[in-house]
Amino acid sequence: MNLVQSLERQMLKPETKVPEIHPGDIVRVFVRIVEGQRERVQPFQGTIIRIRGGSVNETFTVRRIASHGIGVERTFLLHSPRVERVEIVRRSKVRRAKLHYLRDLRGKAARLKELRK
Amino acid sequence: MTQVIKENGEVVPVTVLEAGPCYVTQIRTEDRDGYRAVQLGFEEIKAHRLTKGELGHLKKVRVPELRHLRELHTRKDEAFELGQKILVDVFSPGERVDVEGRSKGRGFAGVVKRYGFAGGPHTHGQSDRERAPGSIGACATPGRVWKGKQMPGRMGGHRVTSQNIEVVVVDPERNLLAVRGSVPGPNGGLVVIKEARKQKVAKGGK
Repeated sequence: MNLVQSLERQMLKPETKVPEIHPGDIVRVFVRIVEGQRERVQPFQGTIIRIRGGSVNETFTVRRIASHGIGVERTFLLHSPRVERVEIVRRSKVRRAKLHYLRDLRGKAARLKELRK
Repeated sequence: MTQVIKENGEVVPVTVLEAGPCYVTQIRTEDRDGYRAVQLGFEEIKAHRLTKGELGHLKKVRVPELRHLRELHTRKDEAFELGQKILVDVFSPGERVDVEGRSKGRGFAGVVKRYGFAGGPHTHGQSDRERAPGSIGACATPGRVWKGKQMPGRMGGHRVTSQNIEVVVVDPERNLLAVRGSVPGPNGGLVVIKEARKQKVAKGGK
């Protein structure tokens, strides 16, 4: 382990607090938002279409279809304290690591098959 | 480089530096040398990697075998002892420092890389002009090229100082320092960390 890694390790969330997420999961991310003095937690629900980076720089992107069929994507830093917790709503069967192709699909075509074990 | 996540979720890009332990190996005084400075040594190595002269110099002040020696100017109000150990804890988070290093060598570089010239047009019937310097002067007056005209040549490998860098993390346990942003030189290069010149704080060291 080099010195950079040893410093990074300190900033990671404890293993129990790191959600086990995969591309294709439908998740609800609880984001802490600071508005002036007040702080509140806002959920953001959608599909994980990308997980990238590692260690302190690991991020994941959640895509959801907002009103009028407009796609909204948000990228979260996995180890950021602003990401309060991640709730997994559903897991899907996907065959690739990045689901960018979902951006070009709409409606029924953009569905993912649920993962059954 | 890596990044530090602060408690409020703010992400700061940082460079991690191994700072110290450094040893004072020599003290320059006004009486004897005409200026005030300390010579600091860094990075312990095996004795057989040093020359006898270097070994003798270090043995005199009873410090371990050290790879690098650098002199730093000191102020009148600062006192150092021979053999004194200087650790990262001379710095504290939030403090500003200057980081001096040797920039990465770029070899014989053209004028676009070296001085940020725009180069020529890429289209409209141009050939072989993409990274050309363009005109280097006027005609019969002055009839020569001005001194100091920016031309291709050796780039990098110079002494570069990044000023006023913020110290983000100080880890005395592992002698680590994380400073905001980048630092001159390659990974694993030697840098000298000094108090920032262009602001008023009292502290010194390497």
